[in-house]
Amino acid sequence: MSDPILTVQNLKKHFIIGYTEPPWKRQPITVKAVDGVSFEMLSGETLGLVGESGSGKSTVAYIIVGMYKPTDGKISFMGKDLYQESKRPRELQKAIQIVFQDPGSSLNPRQNIKQILEMPLRVHQKGKSYLEMVIHLLEIVGLPPEAMYKYPKMLSGGEKQIVGIARALATNPSLVILDEPTSALDVSVQAKTINLLLQLQKEFNLSYLFITHDLSLMRNVANRVEIMYLGKICEVADTIDFFQKPLHPYTQMLLSSIPVISEEEESLRPQKVISRGEIPSPVNIPKGCSFNSRCPFVMPICKEIDPTFTKMEKGHSVRCHLYNKQI
Amino acid sequence: MNQSSIPILEIKNLHVNFKVYGGLLRVLDGLDFHMYAGEKIGLVGETGCGKTTTMKAILRVLPMPPAEIPTGEISYKGHDILKMKNDELKMVRGRGISMIFQEPTAALNPVFTIGEQMEAIIQNNIRDRRSTSSINIKELAGLSLKDVALADTDRLLKSYPIQLSGGMRQRVCIAMALSTNPEILIADEPGTSLDVTIQDQILRLLRDLVEKRNMSVILITHTLGVVRELTNRVYVMYAGSIVETAATKKIFQKPLHPYTKGLIATVPRLSGGGIANGIPGRIPDYKNPPSGCRFHTRCPYVMEICKHEKPSLYQIEEQHSVACFLYTAGE
Repeated sequence: MSDPILTVQNLKKHFIIGYTEPPWKRQPITVKAVDGVSFEMLSGETLGLVGESGSGKSTVAYIIVGMYKPTDGKISFMGKDLYQESKRPRELQKAIQIVFQDPGSSLNPRQNIKQILEMPLRVHQKGKSYLEMVIHLLEIVGLPPEAMYKYPKMLSGGEKQIVGIARALATNPSLVILDEPTSALDVSVQAKTINLLLQLQKEFNLSYLFITHDLSLMRNVANRVEIMYLGKICEVADTIDFFQKPLHPYTQMLLSSIPVISEEEESLRPQKVISRGEIPSPVNIPKGCSFNSRCPFVMPICKEIDPTFTKMEKGHSVRCHLYNKQI
Repeated sequence: MNQSSIPILEIKNLHVNFKVYGGLLRVLDGLDFHMYAGEKIGLVGETGCGKTTTMKAILRVLPMPPAEIPTGEISYKGHDILKMKNDELKMVRGRGISMIFQEPTAALNPVFTIGEQMEAIIQNNIRDRRSTSSINIKELAGLSLKDVALADTDRLLKSYPIQLSGGMRQRVCIAMALSTNPEILIADEPGTSLDVTIQDQILRLLRDLVEKRNMSVILITHTLGVVRELTNRVYVMYAGSIVETAATKKIFQKPLHPYTKGLIATVPRLSGGGIANGIPGRIPDYKNPPSGCRFHTRCPYVMEICKHEKPSLYQIEEQHSVACFLYTAGE
């Protein structure tokens, strides 16, 4: 854990969803899914990216993995610019892999597990004996070799997700993006899957970009947490610091909304911020700070100027006017 | 709590089977359940353990066939729902027992406006048909929407489900379920498909409404935190039968059944400390369910007797019963 493996600078992704009506010159209507996101990931760490649906966290994942091209911004992975060439070189494709959210729809129902796991091997490791490698992959994730001839529908949700993990590991990646890998699973299955992921991380020295909306899960897996709201990051901190001293009103709202199961946890929740309103449409992002429509501490300045990051402590930054004044 | 001596809803030894290609799925296996008026009950368990099947059996909305109910009794205020004729059933559904379904998107009809759907429900459940004109019904629909903290009801009534956000759709579903003023409200995972902040809003709203009207509630969920905040008694269900029931506080402080212990241990905590490895194995195949206690294949404390005999619910202390041989051995 020392040098950054991934650096994202001012990443933007605007989708054009239509055009304005004629009388005037036709202007594109854009959705600013990701609007100026910057962060750094260290080698071997788990970085948690948290936000509500529609906050743009999956879009960030898809851009890094290469499914979308960014509108603006720079991503460098181990010192190489990911979008320098029009087509990403094989080595970089190989090194960054993704596990998708819904294991039911991310596996081809007409292929058996062997075919599913062979696909990345055929692309990235031509001319080797695939059978042994598939068996080895299944062994790594703790599935019996017989599972190879099963089809996805014959597996339970948890097992499907484990196949998804095995597929991501097939190319020996160094960065794995986990896009809500357990949100479709039961808690008991989630526990098993998470523990498998943590064990694999140690074994292969993987870096995880862990995307989720479950903050209690984040508390237990991530080294650092980033909170995203409407395409922008609003708070970054080390996990322990983050849960002890949440600063941004949105973070406090998220934390106070979590249903918990013990009194110890209850004392950790900030009680004063009660959740209200819904995430606005990304087509009409409020002027100024995008959170101003739901913020309980809203000030006149919030409706005019978008705040910039304020560094509070080492590794803990927040993007809010409440903390800007103190400097 | 005003507990009268007769439960408002009681299920005795309910069995539900599904006839499918290649065999018979024995899903519910002798389920016992009771609730008194005004109780708020949580029903928890993993996916596929029969929670929703139970609730559908109560409302008699299970598709039959493939489902069949060989034995069992579901009595609502002393009347057996399973033996009711259609017109009697109409009185129970809606006015007596009402349900909020899991997926607000799937529960609303996409080709009718919210207003049309709400008015249909109110029309069907009006106690005295002659005294209400159609204008009155519209007003009632608007009022129900206001109850769930939705603003701009006139526009909402004219819009289609697709025009609303997930949170708003769930509010509409709650409004629909409550518009008939039921005595029992069944809420099947009311917040699961929503974001935490929205889930929090929905649950707070639900709690306030239920408190105000003094309704009895059955909350089905697999999120234990939600159960803790909303209910006062919990049923834990595994593979078609109840394995433990206790007051909500007690079950989190001192879970007894190995399954309950496993479930509670796997919940990630805000206070950190890692995640326990959970319960090994998975829900059994209902075609060939394990003999004896259905949990014995996954239980860390399995004994010889568990493989042959099914434990029945055994009362440990007041309001705390568990179906496990670990606790009946002293008898």
